[in-house]
Amino acid sequence: MSVLDWISAILLALGGFVALTTAVGVLRMPDFFTRIHPAGKSDSLAQLLVLGALLLQAPSWQVAVKLLLICGFLLLTTPSSTYAIAHAAITDGRQPLTGNGGGPQPAKPNEPGVGAATGASEASS
Amino acid sequence: MTHIYGAALIALLVSMFLLLARAMVGPTVYDRLLATNAFGTKTVLFVALLGFFSGRPDFLDMALVYALINFVTTVAVLKLVQDSRLA
Repeated sequence: MSVLDWISAILLALGGFVALTTAVGVLRMPDFFTRIHPAGKSDSLAQLLVLGALLLQAPSWQVAVKLLLICGFLLLTTPSSTYAIAHAAITDGRQPLTGNGGGPQPAKPNEPGVGAATGASEASS
Repeated sequence: MTHIYGAALIALLVSMFLLLARAMVGPTVYDRLLATNAFGTKTVLFVALLGFFSGRPDFLDMALVYALINFVTTVAVLKLVQDSRLA
């Protein structure tokens, strides 16, 4: 194996790892808005790694141009579709999962210890 | 190089099955849409890798078309879900 083969093998291994871990993240995250995060990561990072590895192995310049086209289209379309899904969920009225079991957070949670500490620090500064 | 392509193909297949499980389980329609969108991106990578695996990089044309169709499909289904119509 030449140097280019080694580099593309490492890139392919990284791409497969990112794809697997983000799929596990999409499966196991507790909330829709947390599941967007690994899905968006896999959409942009895994395709960059895998298509970059294939680009090093391209036998002709036509294949390289096609790979660059796929890479550019995916980089344009997948973040915008992820944004569109998140925006649709927000406009549909879905609330992100927060610490107190979902729903909109109050401006200041009722924790007298924390509030008193921050108030004291603001007063002293 | 063929073994490395095969290993990457298997990794992509396993991640596609995990995404498919989320698309079937998903409590809301947005979970299903998100999993389907990521599944489509994985399919593009899978088709491109399959072309290199079998020694025929012409498969890249299919991957290119699938990348475009995937985006159009996601936006169209999203519009259908949100507005209950496509026009």
